[in-house]
Amino acid sequence: MAILVTPQTKILVQGITGDFGGRHAKLSLDYGTLVVAGVTPGKGGQFFEHGGHKVPIFNSVADAARETGATVSAIFVPPPFAGDAILEGVAAGLELAVAITEGIPVKDMIRVKRAMQGSKTRLVGPNCPGVVTPGTGEGSKGGCRIGIAPGYIHKKGRVGVVSRSGTLTYEAVYQLTVKGIGQSTCVGIGGDPVNGTSHLDVIKLFNDDPETVGIIMIGEIGGSAEVEAARWVKAHCKKPVAGFIAGSTAPAGRRMGHAGAVIGGAEDTAAAKIAVFKECGIEVAATPSDMADALIRVAQTMGVTLS
Amino acid sequence: MNIHEYQAKALLEKYGVPVPRGAAATTPEDFITALTRLPDGPTMVKSQIHAGGRGKGTFTDGFKGGVKFCKTKADAKEIAGKMLGNTLVTAQTGPAGRKVQTIYFTVASEIKKEYYLAILLDRATSRPVIVASTEGGVEIEKVAHETPEKIHKVHVDPAYGLADFQVRELIFKLGFNAAEGKNAGKLIRALYTMYWETDAAMIEINPLITTPTDEVLALDAKVSFDDNGLYRHPLITGLRDLNEEDPKEIEASKHSLSYIALDGNIACLVNGAGLAMSTMDIIKHFGGTPANFLDVGGGASKEQVVAAFKIILGDTNVKGILVNIFGGIMDCNVIATGIVEAVKEVGLKLPLVVRLEGNNVTAGKATLASSGLALVSGDTMADAAQKIVKLVAA
Repeated sequence: MAILVTPQTKILVQGITGDFGGRHAKLSLDYGTLVVAGVTPGKGGQFFEHGGHKVPIFNSVADAARETGATVSAIFVPPPFAGDAILEGVAAGLELAVAITEGIPVKDMIRVKRAMQGSKTRLVGPNCPGVVTPGTGEGSKGGCRIGIAPGYIHKKGRVGVVSRSGTLTYEAVYQLTVKGIGQSTCVGIGGDPVNGTSHLDVIKLFNDDPETVGIIMIGEIGGSAEVEAARWVKAHCKKPVAGFIAGSTAPAGRRMGHAGAVIGGAEDTAAAKIAVFKECGIEVAATPSDMADALIRVAQTMGVTLS
Repeated sequence: MNIHEYQAKALLEKYGVPVPRGAAATTPEDFITALTRLPDGPTMVKSQIHAGGRGKGTFTDGFKGGVKFCKTKADAKEIAGKMLGNTLVTAQTGPAGRKVQTIYFTVASEIKKEYYLAILLDRATSRPVIVASTEGGVEIEKVAHETPEKIHKVHVDPAYGLADFQVRELIFKLGFNAAEGKNAGKLIRALYTMYWETDAAMIEINPLITTPTDEVLALDAKVSFDDNGLYRHPLITGLRDLNEEDPKEIEASKHSLSYIALDGNIACLVNGAGLAMSTMDIIKHFGGTPANFLDVGGGASKEQVVAAFKIILGDTNVKGILVNIFGGIMDCNVIATGIVEAVKEVGLKLPLVVRLEGNNVTAGKATLASSGLALVSGDTMADAAQKIVKLVAA
């Protein structure tokens, strides 16, 4: 089944006529993803053309969803307008909004998250690489790629990956693929201090997904989301889980690239999170090169076949 | 972005938060002008640097205390002369310390009691939280650890804003008398308005004080802003003090590179924040010490790679470089070409290990191999990290 999206999911792209959104809409089309609509206010009626695809552009998310049946949005809108773009997707009743945009003011996200309370839309991101459910074609083509991840490094399979970082997700996915282990779905939840879907939300989805047999959880310094997820894993998750936390060498009080990657106190250091992981039975990768091997170790101990 | 105390106090006043009267000076000549704006009598002299622990700090010439109480303005002028231009080392500055380029004089307030008050983001609830305590003027982390019952928190619903009952709750918990409570209520509301309207990341008042006449004042103030929100606040952006930042970090930001200087000797150049952090970690794991955090971003151009090499080499502690690129979408050969050109342009003499992975990696590795440069190729992150640690130790 995979989680969040399947190869049949119809997606729309907010900001499809921008450089960034356009480039990645093309890569998603090449991957075989059903990009059925674009949204750019003022350009409704035009088309986004690529490789034989002719994707209609609409003035609003509501129009795009109604006319094409799209249920998921990929948001590439610049930071000052991105909060608004998320809420437009919520108002249109989308199932999922994936916000790729980096640099949205925290205050905007505080308001967006409050406004989303009680709505049926799930938000992934912002400041994230997106979501990939690999397909069965060459280089995992035929899957659903929402966002900016390289599609070809994936392989269809049974391991779920959740991470706050883009390139670290690719690192983990690539290690798995090289070892012949495929992925059910890979979710980048983003590096901002206020985001939509949390580590725990994704872990719960993976736990409920019969297709997913093992999980890699990648976190970093700052906040307590990984700790919350780890405690839930200990209490409820029966599947093997491997984890990695980036930032052991990061100095306190400095933002390490991601807006949310900053040590605020003794609780949100890498060492503290790694200690909780171990306490909760999560197999900790000693280095980022060890992420796939860590999962293989814990799967073997539990008698689970990953591939 | 951080600002100085004197800048924070000016903003607080603008929003109606009472602060002790004060005046800043950047030259000895300005001391007199600044001091004439204050009444005669006890005066505080405060070094302005972006680091805490100033009062307990020591200057590199042995003079003790970056914040001093003076009985008279004449004394204040003399003490200010010892601080200005001097380098202050505190628990938060690191051994190099910070050069004091501004002095802030304030009226020395009479203190009845000290409190703690701060507003920041609570990540767990995604809401602003007001944190208050009757234990002011001390390290709040210590209070939270030893006497958590003395920390009071109020989470603000962003849809409604700070509610009156929440302000009352804080006032009662802090045990103010009626007159103090009235003043504290006004202050808390003003402080929240400032936090919300300026896209502040954190406002910390430590200590907040009451005076014998029941006034409530922000005696010290530490204010920082969400960098992502600065585009909405040109006046606040203008408060940035480049003297407080590492010149290498300033140069990096001009090229849209995310760079943070550290004190090790193995420089790293990486794409992606998470990968950049964990590249530092893996260097440490194999016995080396990282010299920096450097994220060149997803679409690193040749110009950015050249700029990155120049910044790295500007750090004289650097004895070796590790390049770690996972070229997901980008063509690894383009990156490899950029590295080769950059290395030729800067005339690199230090050991260099390059780990390339991803799109068109075979061509990329071939470009590196045929470049004639004395660089070492690493297969995995672990392999590359071990190689550079060994080369630097040799």
